[in-house]
Amino acid sequence: MTTIVIAEINNGSIQETTKELISAAHSIEGNPVLIIPCSNASTADGASNFEGVSQVIAAKSDVFGTYDASAWADALDSVMPQGTIVAAASQQSKDLAARIAAKRNLSVVQDVVSIENGEFTSPIYSGKAMQTVRCNGDAVITVRANIFNPVSSGGSNSVQVVDTSGNVATAVREMIERASKRLDVSEANIIISGGRGMGDPSNFSHLEQIADVIGAAVGASRAAVDTWDEIPHSMQVGQTGKTVNPNLYIAVGISGAIQHLAGMRSSKYIVAINKDADAPIFQHADYGIVATWEETLPVLKAAFQSMMA
Amino acid sequence: MVNIAVLVKQVPDTNAKIVVQGGTRVDLSSVKMVMSPYDEYAIENALLHKEALGGIVTAITVGDGSAEKILKDAKAIGVDELIRVDVTQDMDSNALQHVLVEAIQSVGAEVVYCGKSAADTGAGSTGPGIAQRLGWASVSNITDIEFSSKLCVIAPMGGSSAKIDVSMPAVISCDKGNVKVRKANVKGIMAAKKATVQVLSANCPSSTIEIIRHSMPPSKPAGKSFQGGDSANEVARLLREEANIL
Ligand SMILES: Cc1cc2nc3c(=O)[nH]c(=O)nc-3n(C[C@H](O)[C@H](O)[C@H](O)COP(=O)(O)OP(=O)(O)OC[C@H]3O[C@@H](n4cnc5c(N)ncnc54)[C@H](O)[C@@H]3O)c2cc1C
Ligand SMILES: Nc1ncnc2c1ncn2[C@@H]1O[C@H](COP(=O)(O)O)[C@@H](O)[C@H]1O
Repeated sequence: MTTIVIAEINNGSIQETTKELISAAHSIEGNPVLIIPCSNASTADGASNFEGVSQVIAAKSDVFGTYDASAWADALDSVMPQGTIVAAASQQSKDLAARIAAKRNLSVVQDVVSIENGEFTSPIYSGKAMQTVRCNGDAVITVRANIFNPVSSGGSNSVQVVDTSGNVATAVREMIERASKRLDVSEANIIISGGRGMGDPSNFSHLEQIADVIGAAVGASRAAVDTWDEIPHSMQVGQTGKTVNPNLYIAVGISGAIQHLAGMRSSKYIVAINKDADAPIFQHADYGIVATWEETLPVLKAAFQSMMA
Repeated sequence: MVNIAVLVKQVPDTNAKIVVQGGTRVDLSSVKMVMSPYDEYAIENALLHKEALGGIVTAITVGDGSAEKILKDAKAIGVDELIRVDVTQDMDSNALQHVLVEAIQSVGAEVVYCGKSAADTGAGSTGPGIAQRLGWASVSNITDIEFSSKLCVIAPMGGSSAKIDVSMPAVISCDKGNVKVRKANVKGIMAAKKATVQVLSANCPSSTIEIIRHSMPPSKPAGKSFQGGDSANEVARLLREEANIL
């Protein structure tokens, strides 16, 4: 059986998670073919030292300049061999995976967090339960970040460039600058989120200062988003916000309602700061601090500053 | 007159406790079922589309008889026609999409709205999957929409977002965004009581994905608990030395 990995690309460069996808593919079978969607073949150079791949193909096409689901699926389908396809469980790649699966009449299994003996496990019911499935034949799989150990980079691969194309069905009229230049929660490896317990939207500046020290994105609970106009829905984590899977999630003044947990419970490490020792968030925290944020955040900021210095 | 379809799915209430029965399957027998939250935004966008350009909105669900409740809920908010495709077995994404495509074609829809992901699967596969099978355009996770001969949507794009023109036919998967979901009024509730659901039988391909088991999420070892703001020093140290972060 052949496995194929679709590299995760952001702003023309291969993301580190691609190395995790390769290692996930190893858990299925053998060394995968790595496909790199790119508009400029030099994007693929970043993969020349990845270990554990059987072949590296740069799928080169103008369509890869901007995301268009239909064109990307066409263009990738025509260069990929048959087999089980592995992609990242990012918003865009989940969309692409569903398109490619449908194009090949395959099923898609999204958000895989473990692969064992040919069985794939993903969270269901917003992480309140897990589902383990077996695929009879090829399938398309997306894999969550920060779970599989990335392959190392001691290899030497030659990159084969293949031109491809697809039918574009949408047109970007304009990009919308984000109101804030801050990192988006869906892109961040560390997130610090505030809830209603922050008391006032201006207090989110304390979270931003810490975020700047450790390179984190700032998120929010729905109560914060609904209560304060200054906190946009794009920051919301949870059932009706974003699902995030960072290395570290710091929840400040957030009670830990089930719909908030739905968006962040699979974070690798969770820190909770809450003045109520009985807040449900503490049941999910690796490190829980029972205290107000007013007394905690200045200490945390100083500690991070001296660590990062 | 635009022929608009909206896909709705019945899922457990997001507050419901989920239990795994006998170590193998989730037991939903005593769980309250509701319309999947994002499908409410899909309905709202479908109704806005109808109001802007004229047309008819058909709500489609695939499921057993109990799923008709959410179709009635859709009717109460203002949807015109209700269709349930009668399927009781487990379906993988391939089988579900197959069945939905048949239903969409049978109503002659030119545009389909759906939720960005269902609250049970969390997958987000259905919108892009059916678009591919229909050979249509699709944009997923939209937060805003303007109606003219084309649709213009706002959707995430490369860590930011973009205004995107989409020609019809198209499948639009809906995130929460800025629309406010309307509530049923008395007239709608009366209409829903009298509404009939058209039941279609399905030609459902067998699934290639077999569910082996459901299980509870792995329980995390109990975390460490600290008192007082000064303990943030210790937590920062543990994040570096124990968790290897930072
Ligand atoms: C269909 C549906 C979807 C939903 N989707 C989401 C979602 O996507 N995301 C989401 O977050 N919620 C969602 N919710 C809402 C969710 O149920 C909760 O209402 C919400 O998460 C609560 O937010 P919170 O923790 O900020 O506020 P609260 O529950 O009010 O908690 C505030 C916390 O702050 C603490 N606090 C107060 N002052 C301080 C202080 N000075 N220092 C430290 N701690 C302090 C309090 O002890 C308390 O625990 C959804 C609900 C429904 C029904
Ligand atoms: N059984 C179903 N019947 C009707 N619509 C569905 C069904 N399953 C999924 N959908 C639609 O597809 C969206 C995404 O579902 P999913 O791909 O499972 O995350 C849902 O929000 C619904 O709009």
